[in-house]
Amino acid sequence: MIVFIIIIIIIIIIIIIIIIIIIIIIIIIIIIIIIDCIIILNESHNDTDIFWENHVVYDEWWTVFSGHGVDEKSLVTLLGKWDPLERESFRKKTPHLFTEDHERHFQRWDDHYVHLLKHEFVRFKNAVVLWSMHPWERDARLVREALKKGQNAYGVLVEVACTRSSEELLGARKAYHSLFDHSIEEDVASHIHSIERKLLIALLSAYRYEGSKVKDDTAKSEAKVLSNAIKNAHKKPINEDDEVIRILSTRSKLHLQAVYKHYNEISGKNLDEDLDDLRFKETVQCLCIPQIYFSKVLNAALRIDVDKNTKKSLTRVIVTRAEIDMKEIKAEYHNLYGVSLPQKVEEVARGNYKDFLLNLIVRGG
Amino acid sequence: MATLIAPITFSPGADAEALHKAFKGWGTDEKTVIAILGHRNVYQRQQIRKLYEEMYQEDLIKRLESELTGDFERSVYRWMLEPADRDAVLANVAIKDGSKGYHVIVEIACVLSSEELLAARRAYHHRYKRSLEEDVATNTSGDLRQLLVGLVTSYRYGGDEINARLAKTESDILHSSIKEKKGNHEEAIRILTTRSKTQLLATFNRYRDDHGASITKKLLDDASDDFRKALHTAIRCINDHKKYYEKVLRNAIKRVGTDEDALTRVVVSRAEKDLRNIAEIYYKRNSVHLEDAVAKEISGDYKKFILTLLGKDV
Repeated sequence: MIVFIIIIIIIIIIIIIIIIIIIIIIIIIIIIIIIDCIIILNESHNDTDIFWENHVVYDEWWTVFSGHGVDEKSLVTLLGKWDPLERESFRKKTPHLFTEDHERHFQRWDDHYVHLLKHEFVRFKNAVVLWSMHPWERDARLVREALKKGQNAYGVLVEVACTRSSEELLGARKAYHSLFDHSIEEDVASHIHSIERKLLIALLSAYRYEGSKVKDDTAKSEAKVLSNAIKNAHKKPINEDDEVIRILSTRSKLHLQAVYKHYNEISGKNLDEDLDDLRFKETVQCLCIPQIYFSKVLNAALRIDVDKNTKKSLTRVIVTRAEIDMKEIKAEYHNLYGVSLPQKVEEVARGNYKDFLLNLIVRGG
Repeated sequence: MATLIAPITFSPGADAEALHKAFKGWGTDEKTVIAILGHRNVYQRQQIRKLYEEMYQEDLIKRLESELTGDFERSVYRWMLEPADRDAVLANVAIKDGSKGYHVIVEIACVLSSEELLAARRAYHHRYKRSLEEDVATNTSGDLRQLLVGLVTSYRYGGDEINARLAKTESDILHSSIKEKKGNHEEAIRILTTRSKTQLLATFNRYRDDHGASITKKLLDDASDDFRKALHTAIRCINDHKKYYEKVLRNAIKRVGTDEDALTRVVVSRAEKDLRNIAEIYYKRNSVHLEDAVAKEISGDYKKFILTLLGKDV
């Protein structure tokens, strides 16, 4: 009997000891984990402090990836030399570019930003390709692209149709045949169904007289026609007025500049300012005051955070006008905005893209 | 095939001299003028003109204008112009003619190739200091203006690509546009003024297959306005311009008091191109040779000149 009781007591004691040992082990494990965490936290904190002391401030990093184009040199010399820890701190310090996945403990590129970044890297290549193209192919491809992009890009159609000489526009139409097996008019007519179609086809089909002869009385009377059409625009919208379309799409540029002048004399305002319809406004600007038009387009494009299409217009304008009237555009730009164009490009563009643009701008004189 | 008979070798100097002799004194030796100019192709004529200017310090064309008269003078003048210049002049005259001239504008815009039309537009710039489309637009309105300006400014793709599905859809569009007489013709105008000629032929063929009759059959009636007539002309010119020209000639000759303008226009512009094919069609249709029909209706030096261009020996 007593032996039985003693055996039970010993077993109980052994069980209690085992439990105590288990508890001690658990406590030790918890302590180890806590210590590790503290150590890790301390370590990383120290490293990023050291990193940011030895390298450039956060703001400058943002500029490598913002603006037009990418600063390839900085990327090569700085980012290219970082080790894994430095890259990690970079990722953590730029929440605009990377989002922290707290559950899985890593930082991932923001999808939207990667997509935008792709365009920035490729901006230089696009500029080079566009520059090396024959002007006819260039214009044909610009038209095709604008047709595909949709209504927001139709301004490019007006630009190509109205700022090129008659022979250049003709060349673009020939190149279009060769590249796309259709005529420009065909494709514009079948792609566009809105009311702008009439004006756009008429502008793209024009083969304007380019000589110096202008009939001033006709210019005066046509200025009156335009003035009346604008006054009656609430009854009959401008884009349905056949006479306005006729004048804008068939008359020579010199004639239209005379009309512009007479309009100003009649109504005290400028013709493009009085036109509400965007396409018509662009048409008049391109035909009568092209350097002002281009300066406006450049100004809208030379900003840090504009949409993709507006950014593209920077390349387009500089490449297509570098050999034509860049000098006059520079002068007009300075006139309108008080800043020199090269200076603004220097501010806003980066890397090889920036150097390429500046070269083209300077070429023009 | 051409009807013009021109020698392979010639001497522009001898020709210029002979012409100068023909102008000397009272009156003109029309026979020489016809014998020489009526047997020279476009390059040869330009060479003669250039050499004449060098030799005698005056423009041969101006001299001809002053020496000759009437229908004969008009036909020789048109014949001497370079083709692009001639088309520009014809277009300008047609614009001034208003309603009666629209079909000529359509003819020029639709029969010529893209490059020839372009050359004509350039010549128009040079001669009249305005663009062709300016003048056409100023003198027309509405649907007719859309159609004529569209035709005149077209620069059609010249390849052989055909899209059969497109031919079907556009054939249907044309059908419904033609049926509604006072409807919106924008789509029809778009198709006719922008598609390539090969594509349009495919469309017209599709139309005939689907509706049993050719597209021009029910297009016109007595109440047709200028727009419909121009539309009709455009389709006929694109479809088969030789048949179209045959009809122009037939109408020109048939009319009481021949339409010399039309006769001159067709003969002078097609003599070096396909007047022989047109003459064959004429014979098949009317059982009379074109030369004989023409000979009956006109007279004098004009007749001799036209017959020479038609390849007949006078």
